[in-house]
Amino acid sequence: MIHVEELTKVYQMGESEVRALDGASFTIQNGEMVAIMGPSGSGKSTLMSIIGCLDVPSSGRYTLDDVSVENMDETRLADVRGRKIGFVFQQFNLLARTSALENVKLPLTYAGISGRQRDERAMKALERVGLGQRTHHAPNELSGGQQQRVAIARAIVNEPAILLADEPTGALDSKTGVEIMDLFQSLHRDTGQTVILVTHDSYVARHTERIIKLSDGRIISDEKNPNPIKAGAPRMEA
Amino acid sequence: MKRIQTPSKPVRRGWKRRAGRAPRPRPRNMLFSENLKIALRALRANKMRSVLTILGIVIGVATVVALLSIGEGATASITSQIQSGGSNLLTISPGRMQAGPAALSGGSQQASHLYYADYQLLDRALTTNISDIVPVYQASYTVKFGSESFSAPTVGVMEAHKEVRSFEMADGRFITEGDNKSQTLVAVLGSSVAEDLFGELSPIGKIISINGLKFQVVGVLEAKGSSIGSPDENIFIPIETGYNKLFGESAVYNGRKTVNNILVSVTDEKNMDTVSATVEYMLRRSHELKTSDELDFNVMNQSDTLETLNTVTQTLTIFLGAIAGISLLVGGIGIMNIMLVSVTERTKEIGLRKAVGATKNQILTQLLIETFTLSLLCGVVGILLGVGIALAFSVSGLISSVITANSILLAFFFALIIGIFFGLYPAFRAANLHPMVALRYE
Ligand SMILES: Nc1ncnc2c1ncn2[C@@H]1O[C@H](COP(=O)(O)OP(=O)(O)OP(=O)(O)O)[C@@H](O)[C@H]1O
Ligand SMILES: [Mg+2]
Repeated sequence: MIHVEELTKVYQMGESEVRALDGASFTIQNGEMVAIMGPSGSGKSTLMSIIGCLDVPSSGRYTLDDVSVENMDETRLADVRGRKIGFVFQQFNLLARTSALENVKLPLTYAGISGRQRDERAMKALERVGLGQRTHHAPNELSGGQQQRVAIARAIVNEPAILLADEPTGALDSKTGVEIMDLFQSLHRDTGQTVILVTHDSYVARHTERIIKLSDGRIISDEKNPNPIKAGAPRMEA
Repeated sequence: MKRIQTPSKPVRRGWKRRAGRAPRPRPRNMLFSENLKIALRALRANKMRSVLTILGIVIGVATVVALLSIGEGATASITSQIQSGGSNLLTISPGRMQAGPAALSGGSQQASHLYYADYQLLDRALTTNISDIVPVYQASYTVKFGSESFSAPTVGVMEAHKEVRSFEMADGRFITEGDNKSQTLVAVLGSSVAEDLFGELSPIGKIISINGLKFQVVGVLEAKGSSIGSPDENIFIPIETGYNKLFGESAVYNGRKTVNNILVSVTDEKNMDTVSATVEYMLRRSHELKTSDELDFNVMNQSDTLETLNTVTQTLTIFLGAIAGISLLVGGIGIMNIMLVSVTERTKEIGLRKAVGATKNQILTQLLIETFTLSLLCGVVGILLGVGIALAFSVSGLISSVITANSILLAFFFALIIGIFFGLYPAFRAANLHPMVALRYE
């Protein structure tokens, strides 16, 4: 369970300060699939990185499975980042000059998984994102969409309980985008993963069960979507 | 990842399995070999950076090893040159010790001499603390054997000369007391002279001519190696034979026989100063010098010279070491530069590693191994290069060099420390950042 209360994040920019998050509160139950929407600069990425334990809020509380994240020590945090949470970065953040396979294997290495299993699982993850043929290419030899899929493979390879994806389909064509949504839906459905994804695309958002809208760091709406679109079903323009 | 679904237990099965309880305890210490692999992979992924880093330190280390070896070599060769003359040796020579203003003004300057009588005086006066005292007269003459002919320093000596200068015979015998008494025409050859005159032939028993006078060769000295005052180029004859048959008028001044040097071999190094003082006192009297007059001879003490030269060579070594140290430092700053240039990328990489579950310790261990491997590589390559340079100098005969374990250890640890310091500093900072902050670092 993810529970945040009055989260704020203030960036000091010389004289002025930017309130990237301004009192956001919500609870996401285990196994939910949620979309976060909002205009550019509304604080979506900031929120995601706090939920992902990659950054700390300026104020407010964040409890993850009944444990206050502030109270977690360095090793506990590393454990949460490595095994409980999979994070797809908006900027992909792949290691340069390192093959797709090696990139995907990285979380497994730090999770202490043995060598042969690592190769197997990383290959599986790459196949799931449709990159089974491109495993030995370095990021600069891959297209933007392919890089994004490597990033997704890296996030799911450890089978994390929570998958956080910051614009996971931003660099993909609509067909591949649908494939990724299908992947997320099946992960969510089959293994009960909590999936939180950021998107600008309301069509993508409607694949989830709940849509949270942000504006200027505040939550302006938080609604259930009772009939999520099933990925791959014929698209109906709104 | 195919999971078979049974309709009765649809959704939360996998979830509960994983997230229903606290995270499993994970192996806190990743295997060292695992960490090593990560580090080596990172090094290989950044070849250019690694190569440039290595280069800086390699040059530094090589310089340190080469310069220290050359400094050490210079010291050793100077020391051995001085000691090959025989230790505990006092050398008395004519001439003023210091070129003071009086010597430069020229007016009252006259050639000073040491006399055979001085030797006899000292021989009588110095009864304790010395093992031997011998006079030396030396002049160059043309030496001939068969078609070979060249000029060689010919030294008139006594039997004890061999002990005083610690000569070893390669063949035959040295000059004896008997030779001096009966003024025989015999000669002992330095090793180079023997080789130049006779080549492969055995010189013993052969007759050579010195300044037209026939001498029989009775002995050949062991080679001492090229050094200051090496006997290898000399011919030794009985000093009495010399005075009476060879040196002629040039060995006489004011009707008195002169000598070039008087050598005093002191029994114990502790007594050098006492003996030296006695010599000065006696000679002052015999040369009729007033207390205000400067000495017209000087007494050279082996160990004094050695000490002075040692400080000189030590300074030289320190100086060379300093240059080497600076070049290491420059190499280190080069490393830091490269590390700083890559710090953005580095910081992002560290941020990412933390984001996918690396602990700070794992990151620091990885970086430590990376830096250590680099430094180790630098150290080894640098030492090999440095030793190579030092050997090249030795072989070419320019400067002899002595490679010591000290210089190698010094260079090695310096490389290690510089590498670790300059390499780890930027990375250490990054490891303390929140992952997202590190990932957004520009
Ligand atoms: N490190 C930072 N320093 C200063 N300001 C920042 C920093 N990170 C984010 N901001 C500011 O915080 C606000 C929210 O940024 P954030 O990245 O969360 O937006 P976003 O909703 O993800 O936008 P986009 O859809 O364009 O990705 C922006 O105004 C941004 O300028
Ligand atoms: Mg964003």
